Amino acid sequence: MRKNDFDVIIVGAGPAGLAAGYVLAKEGINVAIIERGIFPGSKNVMGGIFYRSSLDDLIPDFYKEAPLERHIVEQKIWLLSDDSMFSVGLKSEKYNAEPYNCFSVFRAKFDKWFAKKVLDASAMIINETVVKELILDKEKVVGVRTDRPNGDLYSDVVISAEGVNSFLPKYLGLRREINTNNVALGVKEVIELPDKVINDRFGVSNSSEGVAIEITGPYFKEMRAMGFVYTNRNSLSIGIGAVIEDLVRLKINPNDLLETLKGHPAIKPLISGSETKEYMAHMIPEGGYYSMPKLYYDGFMVVGDAAMLVNSIHREGANLAIESGKFAAKTYIEARKIGDFSQRTLSAYQKKLEESFVLKDLKTYRNLPKLLEEKKYLISKYPKFLIDAMYEIYNVDRVSKSDKIKLILNKAKKEIGYFNIIKDIFSVWRNFK
Amino acid sequence: MRIEDKLYLIGYNIDEESHLGVSDPNECKRCQGRPCTYICPAGVYSYDDEEDKLSINYDACVECGTCRIVCSYITWRYPRGGFGVQYKFG
Repeated sequence: MRKNDFDVIIVGAGPAGLAAGYVLAKEGINVAIIERGIFPGSKNVMGGIFYRSSLDDLIPDFYKEAPLERHIVEQKIWLLSDDSMFSVGLKSEKYNAEPYNCFSVFRAKFDKWFAKKVLDASAMIINETVVKELILDKEKVVGVRTDRPNGDLYSDVVISAEGVNSFLPKYLGLRREINTNNVALGVKEVIELPDKVINDRFGVSNSSEGVAIEITGPYFKEMRAMGFVYTNRNSLSIGIGAVIEDLVRLKINPNDLLETLKGHPAIKPLISGSETKEYMAHMIPEGGYYSMPKLYYDGFMVVGDAAMLVNSIHREGANLAIESGKFAAKTYIEARKIGDFSQRTLSAYQKKLEESFVLKDLKTYRNLPKLLEEKKYLISKYPKFLIDAMYEIYNVDRVSKSDKIKLILNKAKKEIGYFNIIKDIFSVWRNFK
Repeated sequence: MRIEDKLYLIGYNIDEESHLGVSDPNECKRCQGRPCTYICPAGVYSYDDEEDKLSINYDACVECGTCRIVCSYITWRYPRGGFGVQYKFG
């Protein structure tokens, strides 16, 4: 009989794979994580906001030692039109108190640190290795074939934590190819500025306090796109994510989109005098609940971005990845007790996710991707109306306030139509029921 | 800033073999719009009108996978272990 090289093999050392590896290694389980980069994090990218609670549950007070940039004390939403910016947001002293809500991070540094913790817990991390395919025995996954010579490795269970470009779930027929409506392309720049300049421009009192700005509105035409500016210690992360279907439809290069954003009158003064240090791109699985693959198979589970676990509205991803990694590891530990790694047993993983905030949240927003696909104007027309209305209200031009209100209502009637407004409110309300 | 200038800021360990290709070059000749030539954030794909074929500058690839989502004729795989893009910040 063939001997297992490991109890569990995890493909991919991002937050999902590392969290699963950490839980398993702490239980004394013989686990290997296979990473294609030269170190964990070297190929990983995200906008740059990391929520604390999911990892804190795993490594209490991790934020005291992890390489983090700033804790976020203010979160803003900016609606942009060509010449204007409407801002809402919240700055709270509660966000300025430990253990903090979220941080700006660099994934190349953060994931490397997390991986060290997982190594210390005695998991094995095999770098510079690509998993080419799964090894099946009858219908059960029993191992992986890597690109190393004699690189077959066997285990009870394989966990796919490959990220958005995952191949293994497709290999088993757990999902179809991703389509251009289910995924966004994100591009980002890290631009260097002295910390004191950042503190002044973003209105924070010291170099550990940070600000996160999300950007949407008619500036992006009828594209499902979100821009962002996040403060790091000595730099800013500025980027934009847009649904690929929209980029193709409008024939837009994502770098051009980012360059235009950098030139907007509200953004330009924030980044003036800065120097770009790195440019990067990554896909974001934004299709939500209905785009998820089947998450388990005989001897196999799917976690993190590979499982499409991203809440694009709240820009949560890495925390959902960690949560799913923990659940997959716990499911393995239970399955090991009864010595059964069939899908019947591993289906408990799906159940754990359903009972947690991860799938509860994705379910709440399950119809949103479809709604925005069908009614792209929702993200341009209404913010535009709001910006125009605010302009009228603040602009004193000897027109009476009651005439201004009439003007705004007439505009609503002409540009959107009262009936359409009621229809849109109803369809949004119905989609969140 | 142009893409070309931004690519200088990225660290790569370039493999001598390409991890990108096209399964049927005739499809590129027929292709309307050629989305790969404008959607790639690293400008990997361009169309060579003289030679009437797609030119693939694979060593600039940042491995996002967008090209394989927009075109089913692009053969995309991960670069060999340890090769490809290496971010400093990420």
